[in-house]
Amino acid sequence: MKKLLLICLLAASTLVAANIETYKFDDPRKEADYQVLVHELRCLVCQNQNLADSNAELAQDLRRKTYEMVQKGLNKDEVVEYMVARYGDFVLYKPPLQTNTLALWGGPFVIFIIAVVVLIRMIRRRPSSNDHLLSEEDRQRAEQLLNQQIETEEKQ
Amino acid sequence: MIRYLLPLGIFIVIVGFLFVGLGLDPKKVPSPFIGKPAPEFNLPKLYKPEESISTADMKGKVWLLNVWASWCVSCRAEHEVVTRFARTGLVPIYGLNYKDEPEDAKGWLSALGNPYVASLVDYDGNAGIDWGVYGVPETFVMDKKGIVRDKVIGPVTEEIVQDRLIPLIKQLQAEES
Repeated sequence: MKKLLLICLLAASTLVAANIETYKFDDPRKEADYQVLVHELRCLVCQNQNLADSNAELAQDLRRKTYEMVQKGLNKDEVVEYMVARYGDFVLYKPPLQTNTLALWGGPFVIFIIAVVVLIRMIRRRPSSNDHLLSEEDRQRAEQLLNQQIETEEKQ
Repeated sequence: MIRYLLPLGIFIVIVGFLFVGLGLDPKKVPSPFIGKPAPEFNLPKLYKPEESISTADMKGKVWLLNVWASWCVSCRAEHEVVTRFARTGLVPIYGLNYKDEPEDAKGWLSALGNPYVASLVDYDGNAGIDWGVYGVPETFVMDKKGIVRDKVIGPVTEEIVQDRLIPLIKQLQAEES
């Protein structure tokens, strides 16, 4: 009995998860555009979700609006333009490359270049293994010590 | 010396960025409408659905549009402040009743008081989308030319009224239409 209840509950939970409405398109290309758009546009209420993932009221409305526009024959850029005009660049998951986002797009490359330069300089500066060779004086002293050692061993 | 100062300097810069980041509110998305003409609408009045108001009717005066709904908890929180501000008669406040049942909206206003010159009904939220509304309450300030000059996101507080809205409205009312 408990198992049956569990199965019913699990089945019910899948129904809830599938609550997202389905739209019918007269052209598969429009449907593809719609799918791309709802994945690229951000839901402004739950900001870490896109329109496709979110079931917030606003996301539902924006999906409906997106569907209406795509179905009417507007292309992707026109829909994006419409959303940006109302909600700003923030509605885009992928920020456009423009003057105020230059640091965002260029920053990682700048940091990478700095890191490479620092790395090269560190490698260059590290003393090469030749520098560790003994000076002539030290070498003679070492030889002398070794010879002494051998002599004492021979005596024993 | 620089070997130690450099990492310390980088650390301080990172801490500085993070500290500033802590103070930013990602919920506050700057409105792209500020400095631009108010979006067009033509919506029925809540109490007189046969009459409607459009953006063009507002030309020549400074006005506020307060987006609210009876289901919105923060609207209840700001309602007292908005009502008190409306009573001063400094500026006409219009309501945009966003995605609400007209009956619920009327009940809400009769229970809590009606600060609005008129409330416009945006039943399906389309006007809300046109105004870039993403969370109620939101309050827009329009100048005499119908340009959006400021937007308050979230509940209006007494400080916002005193320090931000009143000075701005007085300045806008002094401008030529």
